[in-house]
Amino acid sequence: MRTSLIGRRRDAGRNSGADRSRLALRDLLSESAAGVLQRPARSALTALGTVLGVGTFVAVLGLTATTSSQIDSRFNALTATEVTVEDTGGAQPEFLANAFPADADRRVERLHGVRRAGVYWPVRLGPEDLVRSAPPGVGGAQGERTAVVAASPGVLDAADPVLSQGRTFDAYHDRRAESVAVIGAGLADRLGVTTLETAPAVFVGDRAFTVIGIVADVERRADLLQSVVVPRTTAERIWGGPRSGERAKMLIATELGAARQIASGVALALDPAHPEYFKVVPPPDPRSLRATVTSDLDQLFMLLAAICLVIGAVGIANTTLVAVLERTGEIGLRRALGARGRHITVQFLAESGALGALGGLVGTSLGTVTVVAMAVVRDWTPVIHPVTVLAAPVVGLVTGVVAGLYPAWRASRIQPAEALRR
Amino acid sequence: MTGTPTPPLVMDFRGVGLTYPGPPPVAALKPCRLAVARGEYLTVVGPSGSGKSTFLNIAGLLDAPTEGQYFLDGIDTATLSDADRTGLRGRRIGFVFQSFHLLPHRSAVENVMLAMVYNSTTRRGRTERAREALERVGLAHRADALPTRLSGGERQRVAIARALVARPSLLLCDEPTGNLDTATAGSILELLDELHADGMTLVVITHDPEVAVRGRRTVTIRDGVLSEQVRSA
Ligand SMILES: Nc1ncnc2c1ncn2[C@@H]1O[C@H](COP(=O)(O)OP(=O)(O)OP(=O)(O)O)[C@@H](O)[C@H]1O
Ligand SMILES: [Mg+2]
Repeated sequence: MRTSLIGRRRDAGRNSGADRSRLALRDLLSESAAGVLQRPARSALTALGTVLGVGTFVAVLGLTATTSSQIDSRFNALTATEVTVEDTGGAQPEFLANAFPADADRRVERLHGVRRAGVYWPVRLGPEDLVRSAPPGVGGAQGERTAVVAASPGVLDAADPVLSQGRTFDAYHDRRAESVAVIGAGLADRLGVTTLETAPAVFVGDRAFTVIGIVADVERRADLLQSVVVPRTTAERIWGGPRSGERAKMLIATELGAARQIASGVALALDPAHPEYFKVVPPPDPRSLRATVTSDLDQLFMLLAAICLVIGAVGIANTTLVAVLERTGEIGLRRALGARGRHITVQFLAESGALGALGGLVGTSLGTVTVVAMAVVRDWTPVIHPVTVLAAPVVGLVTGVVAGLYPAWRASRIQPAEALRR
Repeated sequence: MTGTPTPPLVMDFRGVGLTYPGPPPVAALKPCRLAVARGEYLTVVGPSGSGKSTFLNIAGLLDAPTEGQYFLDGIDTATLSDADRTGLRGRRIGFVFQSFHLLPHRSAVENVMLAMVYNSTTRRGRTERAREALERVGLAHRADALPTRLSGGERQRVAIARALVARPSLLLCDEPTGNLDTATAGSILELLDELHADGMTLVVITHDPEVAVRGRRTVTIRDGVLSEQVRSA
């Protein structure tokens, strides 16, 4: 049996001798495809509005999804359990090199919900202070310019390190200002430090530090992997405290859910007399972040997409109406060849629907390309929900069909005798 | 009773007339009787505005008469619904128009195939049937040409092939040579003669007496009044 879209076969017993006309689905599709493809330039221009509308629609939804997923991935448990305290030095920082008290780690770790906390600052090195595996002038080691970080024992722990060898320094090293260092695995490779059994040393300038630990990875402060980390008392003994412009910071690792509470109390705990010396950076609130993403701008774009779709629909309606008038002769001919009014209706509906669907498909592709391009530029992972990609061409199709309703109805009303008179 | 059995009637007008409602009402075709048997070649002549196209529209089921009964192949078309009349038209009547009415973006063979879209012809074999019809009108070699690349005479041949391809009982031609020069018109008329010789029932409407005489019977319409001249032998 062929698919019969329209028209039922009369009962064989009916004495009319007349079989009703029918339009098989495949014939309908090929007739309307021909109608669209025979004037490609016009079809393309007609579909342009739908392309823009659906494209904007997909792009806005895709960008929103991409941004929120970016926030979700960035806002994981780690950032939610991290508080940073910056030393601003109050109103006159030049008179206060380091606002963190010597027992800052202990003061903060007393707070409920704090796992580890520590103070750190970058050490300012002179031009001759290259990092080498041997003293300057011995063995011709080239040396490299590497950051040296002064850190209290809590910093490395708060960074959640994965040690490939050895250990981190502790309160004992800190108290005695021992010349020890923890270095990243990459730096250890470059310096040729393969084992700690021989108690190897690294030289910063002409000062030797015994390497007691090699860190393979950290969860926070990835820059520590590229640094030589030394106890802060040691750093103070050799190079002095933090300098202006490179002031100390505190890294606090908290229990889940405790970060905001701690953020509000940490400044007072550090210095009850001068909490204003500290600037506390709490973890971002995911809700407020996402709220700023799905902002008014988004709704504006959706409105824009809707307007584009309406313009697209009007464009299709207009062109189809013109086509109906232009093709009056063709309509008359089809009627003479046995087409019923409804066959004419569905043909024009199918043509306008095809234009809409075509615009929808192209728009979906363009919108997707836009989202991917934006994500690539920002080094994000593009996210488009499958529902969006599936729904968008349907939106185009529906736009086309709705736009074709009036012209198709007009076409079916054209009397064949009138149409053939021309 | 003896003698040859009379062939069945293809077209049978019994008091058929049409008055356009107006205002003012125009009696474009006064009630008339006319019977056309299978295989006949009838020409209809008359001056402009006399009612020829009105006659053709009724005969072709494009318009329903306001009076009388029209039997096509013995079927009383007045009792049919609009949909059934359309179906009957698509299957039993082939139209040839003065202005060809070919779709400009489709090749000759595709134009011919259009006549098989609405009347339940299976898709398989449509192309072959269309090519056969084009061969019948002597256009096999131009089957894939677009109408814009065809001469007027060739276009009318395509239109005739389209009218023939669904194997209608009646071929209705409205001024088939109206847009053609004399020589081309002559070749089209020869083609119609051949079709008549093959047994096709032809009704040709014209205002041209040269064309009118090609018919085996001729009726004249004047101010909506249809009358038949009896030819002397
Ligand atoms: N839809 C209509 N409504 C009212 N009057 C009409 C309509 N169609 C035709 N007429 C009138 O009916 C009469 C017959 O018209 P018809 O078109 O049948 O003439 P014709 O013989 O085909 O003329 P021509 O040779 O110029 O084509 C004319 O007076 C015309 O004005
Ligand atoms: Mg006329």
